[in-house]
Amino acid sequence: MGNFEYAPAPESKAIADIKKDYGLFINGRFVASNSKKHFETINPANEEVLAKISLADEVDIDKAVKAARSAYVKVWSRMSGRERAKYLFRIARLLQERAREFAVVETLDNGKPIRETRDTDIPLSAAHFFYHAGWADKLEFAGFGARPKAHGVVAQIIPWNFPLLMLAWKIAPALATGNTVVLKPAETTPLTALLFAEVCQQADLPVGVVNLITGDGGTGAALVKHRDIDKVAFTGSTEVGKLIARSVADSNTPATLELGGKGANIVFEDAPLDQAVEGIINGIFFNQGHVCCAGSRLLLQENIYDEFLGKLQKRMSKIRLGDPLDKNTDIGAINSAAQLSKIHELSSSGQAEGADIWSAPCQIPSKGFWFAPTIFTGVTQAHRIAREEIFGPVLSVLTFRTPQEAIEKANNTPFGLSAGVWTDKGSRILWAGNHLKAGVIWANTFNKFDPASPFGGYKESGWGREGGRHGLGAYLKGAK
Amino acid sequence: MRLDVKKTYKLFIAGDFPRSESGRSYEVKDRKGNFIANPAQASRKDLRDAVLAARNAHSSWASATAFNRGQILYRIAEIMEGRSEQFVSEIMAMESVSSKQAQTQVGEAIDTWVWYAGWSDKISTVAGSTNPVAGPFFNFTVAEPLGVVGIVAEERSSLLGVVLGLAPVLAGGNCAVLLASQSRPLSAITLAECLATSDVPAGVVNILTGLGDELTPHLASHMEIDGLDLSGVDSKSATALRMSSVDNLKRVHSFTSEKSPERILSYMEYKTLWHPIGI
Amino acid sequence: MSALNLIDGSEASLRRFLQTLPGVDQIGAQERAAMLGTRSIKTTSKKWAIDRAISMIDLTTLEGADTAGKVRSLCSKALRPDPQDATVPHVGAVCVYSDMVGIARNHLDSIGGQDIPVAAVATAFPSGRASRKVKLQDSRDAISLGASEIDMVIDRGAFLSGQLGEVFDEIRAIKEICGDKVHLKVILETGELVTLDNVRKASYLAMLAGADFIKTSTGKVTPAATAPVVLVMLEAVRDFFEISQIRIGVKPAGGIRSTKDAIKQLVLANEIAGPHWLTPELFRIGASALLNDLLMQRMKLSTGRYSSVNYVTVD
Repeated sequence: MGNFEYAPAPESKAIADIKKDYGLFINGRFVASNSKKHFETINPANEEVLAKISLADEVDIDKAVKAARSAYVKVWSRMSGRERAKYLFRIARLLQERAREFAVVETLDNGKPIRETRDTDIPLSAAHFFYHAGWADKLEFAGFGARPKAHGVVAQIIPWNFPLLMLAWKIAPALATGNTVVLKPAETTPLTALLFAEVCQQADLPVGVVNLITGDGGTGAALVKHRDIDKVAFTGSTEVGKLIARSVADSNTPATLELGGKGANIVFEDAPLDQAVEGIINGIFFNQGHVCCAGSRLLLQENIYDEFLGKLQKRMSKIRLGDPLDKNTDIGAINSAAQLSKIHELSSSGQAEGADIWSAPCQIPSKGFWFAPTIFTGVTQAHRIAREEIFGPVLSVLTFRTPQEAIEKANNTPFGLSAGVWTDKGSRILWAGNHLKAGVIWANTFNKFDPASPFGGYKESGWGREGGRHGLGAYLKGAK
Repeated sequence: MRLDVKKTYKLFIAGDFPRSESGRSYEVKDRKGNFIANPAQASRKDLRDAVLAARNAHSSWASATAFNRGQILYRIAEIMEGRSEQFVSEIMAMESVSSKQAQTQVGEAIDTWVWYAGWSDKISTVAGSTNPVAGPFFNFTVAEPLGVVGIVAEERSSLLGVVLGLAPVLAGGNCAVLLASQSRPLSAITLAECLATSDVPAGVVNILTGLGDELTPHLASHMEIDGLDLSGVDSKSATALRMSSVDNLKRVHSFTSEKSPERILSYMEYKTLWHPIGI
Repeated sequence: MSALNLIDGSEASLRRFLQTLPGVDQIGAQERAAMLGTRSIKTTSKKWAIDRAISMIDLTTLEGADTAGKVRSLCSKALRPDPQDATVPHVGAVCVYSDMVGIARNHLDSIGGQDIPVAAVATAFPSGRASRKVKLQDSRDAISLGASEIDMVIDRGAFLSGQLGEVFDEIRAIKEICGDKVHLKVILETGELVTLDNVRKASYLAMLAGADFIKTSTGKVTPAATAPVVLVMLEAVRDFFEISQIRIGVKPAGGIRSTKDAIKQLVLANEIAGPHWLTPELFRIGASALLNDLLMQRMKLSTGRYSSVNYVTVD
């Protein structure tokens, strides 16, 4: 029966016009960095160099902040919401028009499957601009007072797991509310942000409203410390989030932080099991598990443990790992060597601490960074793999006996970003929804995102929300 | 002439009125330097006990119906009304105000409870939402209490500052550990006596008196405290407190506004739930 | 086998068993089916897939206007789908009303199509609204005329009103008539069962009662063989194999018109039930117009250009 094989059905790279090197996008133009220093961004699926990227230092940051300030004072803060809206609509449309190009570049730079960039990252990015465009001239009706005011210049730092989407989550609400922006994309995934700079040019966005500076952790640290920043927004690890929180403690600059998580996905005995299996798979293996809200802990009711685990392993065996540009690929490359070694380290700790490891049988390509979809069974709350964010395709399986125990275990973490509940019983969903300490709860589904839906965490998963009316408030003065 | 019976001003922890476990007290004087009272000087351990009491009380207070919480907050106003004279005389002893000004402050404090009592079952309506996502899902957002909030009451007016700190925190379903004004702590303790007799469950509010510099760092660093109201802290001290509150990413605010739903929402978290719509 | 031993054929035992089945979340099932719909297959395996799909077709005519002439043309097409290309396999079966079975059987035998089974729709197809006596006789007639496959419809009225024993007994009775030689396909008419929970329950009911195949639809009701319905039925046969070691076939029918549709069905079977099911013994596609589209795609693969309807026969 070996005749029924899926592609290779690779998406053509031809559409991606990646330049050899990129400058910084300041005041509407690409400019060389002060230090003239560069770093390389590579394709994690084959380790080939994609482009040389400029490394911004404090001088560049100051230039970018000045450009943003000037654009804020002279243009953007004086423009009517109606006109701002039209710029955002333009950007949304340009992203739609160039969607395939963005999807290919994102997949090359990040390593995630083209199916995800094509069906999730890029369409949702456009949707975020479209959604927030509509708010720009309706802020007085948003429930934040009669004359809500922008902060001014916003510093934004985004992670590598959803490069363009995180950019959209940051820039769209900031611009809609009348702020100007200096954004730093992640060191390993700067390309779609730089492509977005072209979109800003095509949209004829006033210069200085969006400035993009590339660099490493030092660049980001210098950006949030700049004295002329009115608001900071960061998505990334809890560790770096705390550094940022400390660096704004002095100035008391308002900050939004979207940080780590260790989401529990709770499956009750009466769950729609086949869909629950899909939800668990999607919860932990979507985007190679590089998702802050991943359902990285599976909490299984003990009386369905064997049946469910069997189904899960069978389903995992069907996951297709490989060339991210292949339309049939489910799991792409791990974003960087550093992330891969972190996953290996935590995975080894799981074995050392006595949990049982099982990985789906899949061919690992010889080049690039890869990690097979993996589950750990026999995990207890005391294991590191049950407590620390792995940020990779690794699921820890725990069991529970009663609903109370499930909630207790789910909440037993300093994080509080997401949780999943699988049951056919409506009242139990609402009961669990009440008791779970998490900002986003998916019941009988998982990893759903929408610009209209607020996203963000309890406890050490961060400050504030992004998306929806609630996310809008983060970019307005005094709004909660 | 009858010799009046003076009150011992003690701490308020888990519904009880203990002295400081350290056995310490400190002297509070009026504006002319005359002795008024020796309130307890709370220690780090007293603060720990207070936080524990608040944490233990939180789950049932948070899950009480909003209607019930509103009734209890209103009950506080009723009980305070009956003790207005005591509040007035304490305020006059501590602050340079006339009896009329003191009366105004007491009235304002009572009305503040009434105002926030009404908010408890409305805040989620105003702040929550259903969100029209692009797919077959029902999606809604509700505001939920944060947990335990540490409050450094603002000093400007000794009673009103305490009430402005406590009322929104309680209306949102949180528990509180409040540090009373160091120099003007009497109203806070008298308020505690009202709270103890007005259906507020033990541990929901805990009030400490003592030295700000000694206690606030522990308030900021305690990992069981989820939020901080630093309205009563000067901006220089606030920086250090914000810094040490980062370890568990406390929600830290200080307020200039008096009555505002933002004060309630500052100590609430938005939770969004998704569910498929299918047959 | 343990779960199956609990069923003694009584309505109570059936109800108990069906209640233990997990629910189906419609949105989740739709998402999974849609995701599998995005799989694309290799050009090299596309030819294999097209030929496999042709060999799985139950080439069907079920019209009031059916005549001996129409049925004979259908049979000729079933044997040699492309008269100019002998490498094209014959279809899985021809499917007709029971009174046409004799004509189909005789014609197939006379043109060298002895290997092609004739399937008869029976039991008062498509509504199933007739007495048990009539339904049984309908099936007996078809078998005596040479049908080696019976496509029966379940009594949806009985199912929806909770008379599970009634549905079960009727399938059993027809299976008894079929015996070991004649394959029984049980049509659930999923468009009338409406919910995926019902589809799963009815699938099990049919399998427990002795169905060799479970089939989505009559083709007379829409929606018919939607991807989520086929997904749920494939899950049912997969899980039934786990508890019984018996492989039951699946036949989507109705609305599958293009090569793309057919290949999506094969992807579903492959991913959900597994590669074992990619054979005419366990997977059939009930269709008529589909065959010509498969043929045109097949020509495109060999010539590299898109073909025209003028190059495939109308019947």
